[in-house]
Amino acid sequence: MALDESFVGRSYPPTAPYEVGREKIREFAQAIGESAGAHTDPEAAKALGYADVIAPPTFVFTVTYRAAGEVIADPELGLDFTRVVHGSQKFAYTRPVCAGDRLSVTSTIEGITTRAGSDFVDLRGDVHDDKGEHVATAWMKLVARAAEDAAGA
Amino acid sequence: MTAKIGYDEVEVGTELPAGRFPVSRDTLVRYAGASGDFNPIHWNERFAKEVGLPDVIAHGMFTMAEAIRVVTDWTGDPGALVEYSVRFTKPVVVPDDDKGAVVEVSAKVAQKLEDRQVRVDIAATSDGQKVLGLARAVVRLA
Repeated sequence: MALDESFVGRSYPPTAPYEVGREKIREFAQAIGESAGAHTDPEAAKALGYADVIAPPTFVFTVTYRAAGEVIADPELGLDFTRVVHGSQKFAYTRPVCAGDRLSVTSTIEGITTRAGSDFVDLRGDVHDDKGEHVATAWMKLVARAAEDAAGA
Repeated sequence: MTAKIGYDEVEVGTELPAGRFPVSRDTLVRYAGASGDFNPIHWNERFAKEVGLPDVIAHGMFTMAEAIRVVTDWTGDPGALVEYSVRFTKPVVVPDDDKGAVVEVSAKVAQKLEDRQVRVDIAATSDGQKVLGLARAVVRLA
């Protein structure tokens, strides 16, 4: 099923702030088996020059993915989520996510292509703190595979 | 930001200490909860097989999170990461047994950039299969 390519360039309004807590960072770090003190011990984080504990680098995806969910679910776009897999992922960081951050995400559809029956959607999520300063940007490629194809990651 | 590795200490080809990361069903349930990604292909074998997968597979983002630990452990400062990108080439299949799966990660310095940054190329395999493609990180060193 071809998607509506007129959606390329469309941006969605900034999300309500996601408030990053110390215990959420600890929970995420433990879930990936990460024991570095910078994620759990404010003193260890301060020794590295941060105001509070910092999140592991891929944590920011949990925030941008929630924002992307609104785009994915947009009925006008017409993406069949039951066939969607994660094709690729990229992050660029201005600074690490830190406990106490209030993060807002602006999602933009950067590209829509169709090849061999599969739809490819490139989504960018720009993450800013409550001072309006850039924290990180995440690029996600979603692949909605042709119906007869098996799922991936 | 205070990476413990100095830019002048590394060369193109410098290998980072490799990592070996076990993944069990328990790991995936924890990751689902912590990340908020509850897609049943990561915990429900019946569902995974219905959609054509060999078994439950790990979240691609879990594998991405493990692979970068080789780089952040090396620099000693997770906040020294400037860029990180991967392609998800093959799923990490996680059987429901005592062993689960293992993600093996190696990495080496591929390019010295300006501003005391280096590009690190990362290789990740599970059960002999390459699970990440074009996995690259840019980090700022001391």
